[in-house]
Amino acid sequence: MSVAIIDYGSGNLRSAAKAFERAARETGFSDPILVTDDPEKVRNASHIVLPGVGAYADCRAGLDAVIGMVEVLNEQVIARGKPFFGICVGMQLMSTVGREFVESPGLDWISGEVVAIEPNDPTLKIPHMGWNELVLDPAGKSHPVLSGISDGDHAYFVHSYHMHVTNPNERLASVSYGAEITAMIGRDNMVGTQFHPEKSQKTGLTIIGNFLGWKP
Amino acid sequence: MLKTRVIPCLDVKDGRVVKGVNFVDLVDAGDPVEQARIYDAEGADELCFLDITASSDNRDTIFDVVARTAEACFMPVTVGGGVRTLEDIRKLLLAGADKVSINTAAVKNPDFVREAARKFGSQCIVVSIDAKSVGPDKFEIFTHGGREPTGIDAVSFAKQMVEYGAGELLVTSMDRDGTQSGFNIPLTKTIADSVHVPVIASGGVGTLDHMVEGVRDAHASAVLAASIFHFGTYRIREVKDHMKAAGIPVREA
Repeated sequence: MSVAIIDYGSGNLRSAAKAFERAARETGFSDPILVTDDPEKVRNASHIVLPGVGAYADCRAGLDAVIGMVEVLNEQVIARGKPFFGICVGMQLMSTVGREFVESPGLDWISGEVVAIEPNDPTLKIPHMGWNELVLDPAGKSHPVLSGISDGDHAYFVHSYHMHVTNPNERLASVSYGAEITAMIGRDNMVGTQFHPEKSQKTGLTIIGNFLGWKP
Repeated sequence: MLKTRVIPCLDVKDGRVVKGVNFVDLVDAGDPVEQARIYDAEGADELCFLDITASSDNRDTIFDVVARTAEACFMPVTVGGGVRTLEDIRKLLLAGADKVSINTAAVKNPDFVREAARKFGSQCIVVSIDAKSVGPDKFEIFTHGGREPTGIDAVSFAKQMVEYGAGELLVTSMDRDGTQSGFNIPLTKTIADSVHVPVIASGGVGTLDHMVEGVRDAHASAVLAASIFHFGTYRIREVKDHMKAAGIPVREA
C-alpha cells in the first residue's frame, strides 16, 4: 500500500510530497508516499494524487506521454474506486474539456469545462494569486475530506483558468473573485482542489490528512 | 475575498541570514530556515529569499536552504538573486521553490523571461524591477543595487515582461530602498495600473502606514519588506492588524 503522486513532468512535486509526508505523520498514516511516473506503481497504490501546473493542454499532453498512465488512472479510479486527489491543473484535468489557448479533452470524470477567469471588476488581477476564503457548498459541508474545514478558512490559489462544474452537487467549495470560482470538486471516490493544499498551511494539511484517512 | 499578501524577505549569503535580530525563540538566528519558521508561524502569506552570495563556489548553498524550508513551511516560497539560466530555475524549483524572481538577466536579455515562462509556466516567473524616479512621471530601471542606470523606461519594461509571460512583478523603489521613507508611490502605482498581473511593492518600508500606502495608494497586490522584520521593528501580526484597521483585507492566521 502506498500513496502515488504522479510525476508527468508538470512542475515541482517536492513540496506536494513533503506536505503529504507531514500530513501522514500527523494522522498516523504509515504507508510510503511515492513520487512516480510508473503506471505499475500507480496501479498498486492505495491513494492516487495528480498534481499539475502550467497550461491545461501541456499537462494533458504530458500525461498522455507517459505510456499507459491514463489507462491505469481510469482503471483504478473509475473501475476500482480508489481515492483520487487532483491538485490545480490536476483537478482541472478531471473535467470534460479545457479551453486554454486550444481546446483539449480532459479525463471527463466530472462534467464541466475549464475556461478563462473573467472577473466583472477590471481592477482584479489575473492570475488569481494568493489567499482566498473558502465557501463550502452543500455537498462540501458534509464531505469527509473537508472535515474540520469551515467557511472563511483560507487556501492558496494561483491560476488564470477555472472550472465551470455542470452538476452543482459535484462542486464542494468556491471562492469569490469578481465571480464565483470553483475551489474544490468531487464525487464518489474522487476530489480535486483548484488551490494548492501543499501551500495552504494548516488548512491544506488538514485536507490532505482527511484524504489519507478517507474510505469512500 | 482575495487577501492582500504580506511577504517577509530574507537576505541570504552563503546559506546564512545576512542581518537579523535574535528573537528569543530562535535556536540559530543565522539559519534562514529558523527565521522562515518564525515568519510562517506568525502568519506570513509567502516567503521570499534573496540570495546575495557573491562567490560562485557557494552558489549551491541556497538549494539546501530552500530544500530545508520546503520540509518545514507549507507556504509559497520565492527565490531571487543570481537567477540567470533555465538550469538555475530548474534547480530552484526542484529544491522546493514555488517561484523564482528574475532581475538582471531580464534586463540584459528580455527573451530569457519568455523562455522561462514557456518552459516552467507563468505562475512561477516573477520579474523583479528595480527602478527610480528620474523626472516627473518618469521612471528608469537601475541595476547593480541601484548604481547603474540603464536608460530603460520602467513602465514599458514592466508591460513587456508581462507580455513575455511574467506572472507577477516585484517592483522595488530603488530611490527608497534602505531609507525607511516609504515606497515610491507614483512608480509602483503607474506600473500596477499598467499591467493585469499582481504587483508586489518593495523597498523603503519603515512604518506600518507605509504598508497601507503600498496597497491603498500604489495599488499593489502584496507588500514585501526585509529590514523591519529582520530587526524586529514590527512583527508580521502587527503589520496585518494595522492593515486590517485601515480597511485592507488580510488573512489572519
